[in-house]
Amino acid sequence: MTDLTNLGVAAIRDGVAAGEFTAREVAEGFNANVAAAQSALNAFIVATPDKALAAADAVDAARASGKPLGKMAGVPIGMKDLFATQGVQTTAASHILEGFVPEYESTVSQKLWDAGAGMLGKLNLDQFAMGSSNETSFFGNVISPWKRNDGGNAGLAPGGSSGGSAAAVSARLCPAATGTDTGGSIRQPAAFVGISGIKPTYGRCSRWGIVAFASSLDQAGPMARDVRDCAIMLEAMAGFDPRDATSLDLPVPAWEAGLNPDMRGLRVGIPREYRMDGMDADVAKSWDNGIAWLRDAGAEIVDISLPHTKYALPAYYIVAPAEASSNLARYDGVRYGLRELPDGAGLQDMYAATRAAGFGAEVKRRILIGTYVLSAGFYDAYYTQAQKVRTLIARDFEAAWAHCDVILAPTAPSAAFALGDKSEDPLAMYLNDVFAVPASLAGLPAMSVPAGLNREGLPLGLQIIGKAFDEQGVLNAGLAIEARARFNAKPEKWW
Amino acid sequence: MSEYRIEGATGAWEVVVGLEVHAQVTSHSKLFSGASTKFGAEPNSQVSLVDAAMPGMLPVPNRECIRQAVRTGMAIEAQINKWSRFDRKNYFYADLPQGYQISQLYHPIVGEGSIDVVLDDKDPENSIKTIGIERIHVEQDAGKLMHDQHPTMSYVDLNRSGVALMEIVSRPDMRSPAEVGAYLRKLRSILRYVGSCDGNMEEGSMRADVNVSVRKPGGELGTRTETKNVNSVRFVMAVVEQEARRQVGVIEDGGSIVQETRLYDPDRNETRSMRSKEDAHDYRYFPDPDLLPLELDEAFLAECRASLPELPDAKRHRYENALGLSPYNAGVLTAEVETARWFEALLAATSAKAGKPEAEVAKQAANWLMSELFGALNRLGKSLENSPVSPTAGAELLGLVAKGTISGSIAKQVLERMLETGDGAEAIVTREGLTQTSDSGAIESAVEAVLAANADKVEQYRGGKEALFGFFVGQTMKAMQGKANPQMVNEVVRAKLGASTA
Repeated sequence: MTDLTNLGVAAIRDGVAAGEFTAREVAEGFNANVAAAQSALNAFIVATPDKALAAADAVDAARASGKPLGKMAGVPIGMKDLFATQGVQTTAASHILEGFVPEYESTVSQKLWDAGAGMLGKLNLDQFAMGSSNETSFFGNVISPWKRNDGGNAGLAPGGSSGGSAAAVSARLCPAATGTDTGGSIRQPAAFVGISGIKPTYGRCSRWGIVAFASSLDQAGPMARDVRDCAIMLEAMAGFDPRDATSLDLPVPAWEAGLNPDMRGLRVGIPREYRMDGMDADVAKSWDNGIAWLRDAGAEIVDISLPHTKYALPAYYIVAPAEASSNLARYDGVRYGLRELPDGAGLQDMYAATRAAGFGAEVKRRILIGTYVLSAGFYDAYYTQAQKVRTLIARDFEAAWAHCDVILAPTAPSAAFALGDKSEDPLAMYLNDVFAVPASLAGLPAMSVPAGLNREGLPLGLQIIGKAFDEQGVLNAGLAIEARARFNAKPEKWW
Repeated sequence: MSEYRIEGATGAWEVVVGLEVHAQVTSHSKLFSGASTKFGAEPNSQVSLVDAAMPGMLPVPNRECIRQAVRTGMAIEAQINKWSRFDRKNYFYADLPQGYQISQLYHPIVGEGSIDVVLDDKDPENSIKTIGIERIHVEQDAGKLMHDQHPTMSYVDLNRSGVALMEIVSRPDMRSPAEVGAYLRKLRSILRYVGSCDGNMEEGSMRADVNVSVRKPGGELGTRTETKNVNSVRFVMAVVEQEARRQVGVIEDGGSIVQETRLYDPDRNETRSMRSKEDAHDYRYFPDPDLLPLELDEAFLAECRASLPELPDAKRHRYENALGLSPYNAGVLTAEVETARWFEALLAATSAKAGKPEAEVAKQAANWLMSELFGALNRLGKSLENSPVSPTAGAELLGLVAKGTISGSIAKQVLERMLETGDGAEAIVTREGLTQTSDSGAIESAVEAVLAANADKVEQYRGGKEALFGFFVGQTMKAMQGKANPQMVNEVVRAKLGASTA
């Protein structure tokens, strides 16, 4: 029998439905991979093999009794540990939530279980989703399954914040995983490990039950090995939720059925501001390849301008920390999670001790930045100004849509870097988000698809940004690239 | 109107007061969660995941709370902002699970409005003062800390956490404790008419932050202090007086007033400093990113407007103009919505019983309610809400009077019997034979007997002491146990006395 863990979402779903194999066999295969890779990759914070088996058994039983099967029936997945899962520890990779077991299930994860998916475990991430390398996790960094082809053995970053998701999908520990994207946290790690991932339009996926980082930016999305798998899983995740006031009250399109790589009659915008001085040559080349592939698919290529692009990163690093500084105020040691209560401590001492011990350095840095930019006397200069920039960024895109249907750009300015390379220099780390952040600020759907390997043998991703609500256009352009890039590289198994 | 002044060593001082009233919105569930708002439940029994600020929980605005705020704004003829937004006010405290309060700083739902207060109940029309309302915004209440449950620890009850409040901010338009009292009572009355707040200050449904400053009459505004969370009309008035006196004392002793937050101690009737502006929190307000701006459409506004009841000012005018009540009576009967409701039920039933239009029985009903029933309830220590006599029962009694079946004095006896027995007026009158008699023969012989027995007084009367007329009438009524038709007694007495002189 073929190794079932080489299969993706569509193949597993179809194989289970057709009776070629059972969901239990699939779950057992992935459970084994998860267990075998844990010490080397550290992709999971908690493995839940029994959950995966129980869900698989339910699907097998449903099939046996002739009941209709869900969109994700028989597909075991990894769940980023930012989604609250009932009865299973949910930590946001932070010490402050270590041991926290919610009595509720996030809307997105519940939708996935309702669609027949099962949970292999809770995936590691940057603490509170703050980071681009997965090095800020309290539970240790995730190690990318990829190695450079220079014969060295340097551990590489899987990207972040959805680093555990990226590593696990890439290493065949799961066929797909949930991610969340605030300023690139799905797209950048997907690019780093050679998989696909889509951040839908802001509001497509409910934020209810997802530990908040920056509420106006946070969006859940799927990470999987190809575009079709992303389409299938996004359909299962998306949908209006009355419990999230920012949720989009729109029907969920049949994205999988609508997949169509024919780009004839469509225009692809190439934003000149994204071609920055000193751009990595391999990244530039992969971008040029992407342009050629989409032209080959029938698209018209147009140069466009997004003039406020250079202000996006600074604006993002004001807005996101501002919201985070407030969102994370609830971790105070009073009701749940870590409580540090030094002898004779009063309330303020307890707050200080708990938060000092519970939050990692990067989280503290962002809380401080956020507190600063919201404080009296600085609010207008920072927060108000950043909101204005945000409006201008959104208008840039609005203006661009007069000339194009989707935008093509690199996902990240480089391939995966070595662990420790940037962790001492926050600004260098923040620069990783430079191409991802504008779409986040504008709330637009954007995805990364693998485009090839660089000269070091590491994956590079291409990013497609679409109009609000046009996930279909984004997926279709991704499919057109996927068909031409023929990316089938996978990491050599060393773990 | 007399001017309220604090007499200091350097002359008279004027007090300037503005109030921020926190009124708990009447709604079944909280502002952003489905948890119940019922008062007095077991601690922490009405706490949703949102109220406890569990990770990943999100606020969703409760439409009913928004509706109540809009209706309140309409009731004070304020500007309703079709676009408003919620902001976060960030600070750490154990009763604030989120670490921020969701409020509206920058774009409140209700803008400028005003409230007319009456300063002299006897002369409402000529003693009206208009108090400006700057804004009304909606916000979450905090939980409650309990310090008396454990020797070294404090406990937290989150039942109140997330309950909707309206913060009603007045202009600094008040100049005396009396004006402040009148304003608070009127505001509470309007809220209760609208049904947007029960106005129950004992349960904390209404609390006021009192901003007080003093100045020489007509001079520049002084520095204000804010006394927080004062929970009765009487205390608010006391705060104004005490704080104004304190400030005058400080200034006249050569000191200056610091802008600060103060607390009121009712036991010692004094305010004391809580924190100064220097250690005021930096609340880092910013728009709540979990919530979209609140946009109100015309249909919603129209529904809010249509649902408003007749408000106290309009009612008072109608009672005066259409029902012919005195300004004082109209004022008393409309001051509280329960009183007005009771009166209107009484009026409708009396009109039906007597077969007369409301305007013809209104005065009688108003007088009976205000002098007879209020008096009786007062003696019994009861309020109108738990009156043993219902409006229908009252109307039955008034109908008997209107039809001449019993006299007014018998009606008083009947009311006493109604209060004692709970029986209806008609049953009591029949059972006890209290029906008024208009039998002219019986009345004539009674009058003759009275005149015969008081021949000396008849002489005095005829000698010019006309005030004795009432004595003869009273004696006749007494002789007939009050059951005689008073009008006929009057006529017969007048006829008999006159006949002899002719």
